[in-house]
Amino acid sequence: MGLLIRNGHLIDPAHDVNGKHDLFLNDGFVAALDHQPEDFVVGRVIDAQGLVVCPGLVDICARLREPGLEHKARLESEIQAAVAAGVTRLSVPPDTNPVIDTPAMAQMIQQRAWQLGKAFIHPVGGLTKNLEGKFLTDMAALDDAGCVAVSNALQPVRDTVVMRRAMQYASTFDLTVFLHAEDPWLRGNGCVHEGFVSTRLGLPAIPEAAETVGVARDLALIETTGARCHFSHLSSARAVEMVAEARHRGLPVTADVAAHQLHLTENDIGFFNTQCHVIPPLRTERDREKLRRAVKDGVITAICSDHQPHETDAKLAPFSESEPGISGLETLLPLTLKLVEEKLLSLPEAIATLTHSPARILGVDSGHLRPGAAADVCIFDPEQKWVFERERMVSRGRNTPFHGWTFKGRVTHVLIGGEVVHEAAPVADRDEDARPRYAG
Amino acid sequence: MTGAEIQYDAEGGLHHFLTIEGLSRETLLQILDVAETFIDVGHREIKKVPLLRGKTVVNLFFEASTRTRTTFEIAAKRLSADVINLNPLRLSTSKGETVLDTVNNLEAMHTDLFVVRDSYSGAAYLVAQHVPPHVSIINAGDGRHEHPTQAMLDVFTIRQHRPDFDNLKVAIVGDILHSRVARSQIHALKILGAEEIRLIAPKTLLPTEVERLGVTVFNDMKSGLRDVDVVIMLRLQLERMQGSLIASEQEYFNLYGLTQEKLAQARPDVLVMHPGPINRGLEIASEVADGPNSLILSQVTNGIAVRMSVMALLLGGQSMRKEH
Repeated sequence: MGLLIRNGHLIDPAHDVNGKHDLFLNDGFVAALDHQPEDFVVGRVIDAQGLVVCPGLVDICARLREPGLEHKARLESEIQAAVAAGVTRLSVPPDTNPVIDTPAMAQMIQQRAWQLGKAFIHPVGGLTKNLEGKFLTDMAALDDAGCVAVSNALQPVRDTVVMRRAMQYASTFDLTVFLHAEDPWLRGNGCVHEGFVSTRLGLPAIPEAAETVGVARDLALIETTGARCHFSHLSSARAVEMVAEARHRGLPVTADVAAHQLHLTENDIGFFNTQCHVIPPLRTERDREKLRRAVKDGVITAICSDHQPHETDAKLAPFSESEPGISGLETLLPLTLKLVEEKLLSLPEAIATLTHSPARILGVDSGHLRPGAAADVCIFDPEQKWVFERERMVSRGRNTPFHGWTFKGRVTHVLIGGEVVHEAAPVADRDEDARPRYAG
Repeated sequence: MTGAEIQYDAEGGLHHFLTIEGLSRETLLQILDVAETFIDVGHREIKKVPLLRGKTVVNLFFEASTRTRTTFEIAAKRLSADVINLNPLRLSTSKGETVLDTVNNLEAMHTDLFVVRDSYSGAAYLVAQHVPPHVSIINAGDGRHEHPTQAMLDVFTIRQHRPDFDNLKVAIVGDILHSRVARSQIHALKILGAEEIRLIAPKTLLPTEVERLGVTVFNDMKSGLRDVDVVIMLRLQLERMQGSLIASEQEYFNLYGLTQEKLAQARPDVLVMHPGPINRGLEIASEVADGPNSLILSQVTNGIAVRMSVMALLLGGQSMRKEH
């Protein structure tokens, strides 16, 4: 029996769909738009009047902590958090313990996710063995085992020759290389952006040049190897300009940004707020503006959660000793919708950065709702205002600097392969608006 | 946010002493005035006042220190508090006991005041956020961030000779980048209204955008020391050479070491200070360190009175505050 999502505001940026449409889902796939197919038997109907219906979100970088860091989070808890936040597909970096540098590890993670039967997980394979920056991984085998890309996660490849060969080898199999562009020497033991905040608080600093030197090196190698590369979580205005220029020249590069980088700056660290300890660090107002412009202008095509759930103790330490990262899955859509509220992006532009654009970077057929596509759908109420509270997070990691923020737009239903995997309970109307409301 | 909020209690009295940044001029003057009254205690035959009788003070030094810890200990004992010194070894692995675990354990033994030193910026503030409301914290140096009692004893020493901060020109020389002392001094001098604060150092030892703290930066001693009233020399850690922050001891001394010749640029009655311990022949020549302008030893003596003052204000309660 089929499922009909009726009267919703359907946004499918991949096909320029942006308007009121009925969506017919059957056998796990999108069956049709607007016109009920002849053999379609309506089973369940979701009334999406006043709600936005869009492809399930694709998060290009989320750490789910399995295997090896189960004290921080479990696959089960994090997939639950993803689904509750509208995310139906995630790509996970290889820096688990053990590292995802063998086909067995890549398969194991996909299998675990498969057993849980909710969101899809795409592993990113290691670029070098154990991420040590010395020896190449069996990339062809990783490719066969389902890895969508290769990367060295946050670990540097110090040896430029190794990096060059890794790019050449990856491009042999048409594998995208995900890059964390950072010069390890300039990074040193730094934990915040080098600027007035690091000076005031006396914290070891990471200069902007740590990122730009990394980007410059990697771009030079991309230029000579022709490898398709993706810069993960850019943080500085200068690096964005360099990537824009490279794209302009036709180099095969893409880039993403973590949602928190579009809203916070170094000033949010205030007085040693470890929830704002992230790598790459929060930088200046100017950097944040440039990152926002780059999303608008299409230099940065994807926004990711850069999800890094931690146990409470990880943040209960002096700033430099606290572990970096934000539990970001549940703020990915809200922070992106905030860019719509702040008039930077249109709603379809915002949704594109979370759906079909990241899916294209991953090279997976997802993030769109053309008939025949997998019925992975996110439905949200674009008008509902709500307060984000740490205590109500689904993720095991409650490390967030966004506690107490008011967001507009809340997920009501999430479908994967046509199955409703998350549904917020409707709550009584609190205003004159006749639209049904949903609690998280 | 400055972190000052947590330092004051609901009545506006000092509850923790973590950072100079954000404190009021009145608070700083109160600390100095109370310290004046304690100077005399050190000269008595019975060097004790009963102010903190029955209170327990724990000196918790995660980073090695002899002088600072000793002056805190003497200060607490002169106030009749019971003092315990602990130097727990910080294990480098994350499996070791955390700062908070250590503090929680000691707090369970009914400590009233912790004097905390740690090599990580923000450590004392972290502890202050997690102790029960009746427990006070003094920051005895946190990483490169602040060392507020050191700055208070420095301005106390300056005030003994130059009661008026308004017309004061102060030069701070040396490794500003790594110096918690310099950061606290800059804030204290700004709050007390010093006319000009100059920093003198090579660019490798100056933090980014430091001018925004309200200071003027010089890279050479000759122009930097011209007509100053006070010169504060900072200790240079010898390991800085390994980090390529300075070239050699000789070149550093030639350029930034304080000699009589360089000091001649300053006012004739210039005050020379150093938070210690000094490296003779590296940042300061012996003739200057031991010369007539040097206040290095009075800094040490004053350190006890100033630390007594801070402890008394934190633990002495309302009576102490009202007297002043």
